[in-house]
Amino acid sequence: MWSLVLPAILGGLTTGAIYALVALGLTLIYGVLHIINFAHGSLLMLALYGVYFLYAILGIDPYLALLIVVPVFFVLGYVLQRGVISVFSLGKEQNVLLVTLALAIIIDNLALYFWTSDTRTISLPYAYTMVEIGPAFIPLPRVIAFVAALVAAVILWLIMSRTRLGKAIRAVAIEKRGAELVGIDVDHTYAMCFGIGTACVAAAACLLLPTFYVTPQVGYAFVLVAFTTVVLGGMGSFMGALVSGLLLGVIEALCGLFLGESLGQIGIFLAFILILLFRPSGLFGRRAA
Amino acid sequence: MSNDETKFGPFPLSRRGFLKVGGSGLALTAFAGTVAAPTVLRAQTPTVKVGILEPLTGNLAYNGTQARAGAMFAIEAINAAGGIKSLGGAKLEAVVADAQSRPDVAAAAVDTLAQAGVSAFIGCQASALGLASSQAAARYNLAQVFDVGTAEQVVERGLKNVFRFTPGVNKCTSTALENLKLLNQNAKNVVKTVAIVYEDGPFGSNMSKLLNERLPQIGMTVVENIGHPTPQRDFTNIVLRIKAAKPDLIIPSNYLNEYTLLAMTLRQQKVEAKAIYSILGGAASNIKFVREHNDAAQYVMDCNHWYDPRKPESQALAKKTADAKLDLTYDIMVAYACIQLIADSLERAASPDREKLIEALASSTYAGSIMPYGPTKFVNGNNEAAQPVNTQIRGEKIELVFPKEYATAEAVFPMPPRG
Repeated sequence: MWSLVLPAILGGLTTGAIYALVALGLTLIYGVLHIINFAHGSLLMLALYGVYFLYAILGIDPYLALLIVVPVFFVLGYVLQRGVISVFSLGKEQNVLLVTLALAIIIDNLALYFWTSDTRTISLPYAYTMVEIGPAFIPLPRVIAFVAALVAAVILWLIMSRTRLGKAIRAVAIEKRGAELVGIDVDHTYAMCFGIGTACVAAAACLLLPTFYVTPQVGYAFVLVAFTTVVLGGMGSFMGALVSGLLLGVIEALCGLFLGESLGQIGIFLAFILILLFRPSGLFGRRAA
Repeated sequence: MSNDETKFGPFPLSRRGFLKVGGSGLALTAFAGTVAAPTVLRAQTPTVKVGILEPLTGNLAYNGTQARAGAMFAIEAINAAGGIKSLGGAKLEAVVADAQSRPDVAAAAVDTLAQAGVSAFIGCQASALGLASSQAAARYNLAQVFDVGTAEQVVERGLKNVFRFTPGVNKCTSTALENLKLLNQNAKNVVKTVAIVYEDGPFGSNMSKLLNERLPQIGMTVVENIGHPTPQRDFTNIVLRIKAAKPDLIIPSNYLNEYTLLAMTLRQQKVEAKAIYSILGGAASNIKFVREHNDAAQYVMDCNHWYDPRKPESQALAKKTADAKLDLTYDIMVAYACIQLIADSLERAASPDREKLIEALASSTYAGSIMPYGPTKFVNGNNEAAQPVNTQIRGEKIELVFPKEYATAEAVFPMPPRG
């Protein structure tokens, strides 16, 4: 039995790392700024296509693509917030929701139009390189994704706690008007926040593609779990997103193993309900004042 | 000037006056239209509208867009060959609707097709969609020719408008198992144990049930039977269970994306089996899978819809597909063949009338499609002449290995160890 459970737990941790990576960007946008970003999954899909084409056309390895895709998506996120979301939402939260939903629909359909619904995958020479841990074989790209998720969470935590930008983001999240009064450029801070969140999604795409596929619908496979991860970890908590992402990955893997894969997802939402019953603000969330 | 009067440009004109003048003008235009219209219509080639209802967006979008391409190629070929001769060379005109991979949308799209005046339609690549659309089409007495709809419920509802041209899951399974039995006998019965991996929708669940009943009848024991949802993000657990069960044969029954991930994970986890044999496998008959995961794909066998590669029209379709930079998948082939069947029925019905077309389809003995089928024979909407064939991935190609009369290569069974 151990020969099944240990690999399942390790496999769950590596899947959870991807959930965490996708959720890290979302926790910044959704958790800190309370922007319900429906376009998060679509941006993930767009980044996956970016990584795919860089590999397919220019032969750039997905891990090297991090150096290109992450900055490009940071700029894209910044521009989207500054030039589209803030302009069309007119400062109302319910409008933000609709604008991001519209963005999601537009991005998905443009992807469908230009790249068709064709499933695309890449076959890397090291995709079948395995890391042996006891009875478990873990694909090297998944081990890399796991380590990268930890590094990304630490980097984001450092940005938020040790930089002026982090302080500004936290100030805007707590009291927007007050932050404005002390001279913080709120629009710029929102856009930076959105840019960093989008850059996180781009990083997730670079780490995901070596073991996954891309289609215009691929974002939906992750975005619901990402929202669950953010709420479960506590809104705006990077540690929370990381821990709950890993936790959900393991729960899903174990439920899949013992209850059957069809019921694996039930475990995620059951754990979600149970944890929120006892900790309504999430695992690492601050209690509401 | 009274309140009723308004100045229109340089001419003073009351509102009533304007309405009178305008009304007369419109009446004259309409009259002129009625007089002129027949002249215009006489100059046009008559057309017959045929619906293409496929999932162009959503989870099944790949299959749907491929099928649409196949149908359009067929329409193009039929029109180029002179259209429907019994209708004065009437051209086929496609009316395309998107089922969005959702049964409710598929059913609603039938209203659009009916209102557009289609005589019949093809669709919808998945049983769940086809069940909903054909039920809706029954209200309009509108024939649906199923390109893919393997669940047996499709032809078990007594609907007169249902025509499943391709084989259902029962036929595919029994043919696949007969062929598997033969292959195993030729290989001195090396395969004794089987693991089944299936998607938990109607297609996969039906298949798993059938396989569990019938595999023991050909001397094979099912040691694992694992269902999974679509989409499934990770196959590690499933593959670990397969690895622990050590089956001789793995039978995957799922769609393209999941099949690809499963094949990759089997290779990653170094699972050695004597064969991977799918029935209606999502990727095993897909050249993209062969191209992108060539190592993992080698020697994978499938029992699926496939055309007769020897027919000149099949070869022309292969060329057309390559020219359009599309992958030649069975979705393209079956959609093409369904349009051929509709065209033949229109030819015999000599009318675009829905009722007459249903009668013509029901009595069809058409044998000229690109599929390796004998003369069509619909019994309760099921084409009894339809049959699947066995393919095997060899190098960069998908070869047809069974039945012998259509084969382009010899089957390799069991497959050589992958190392």
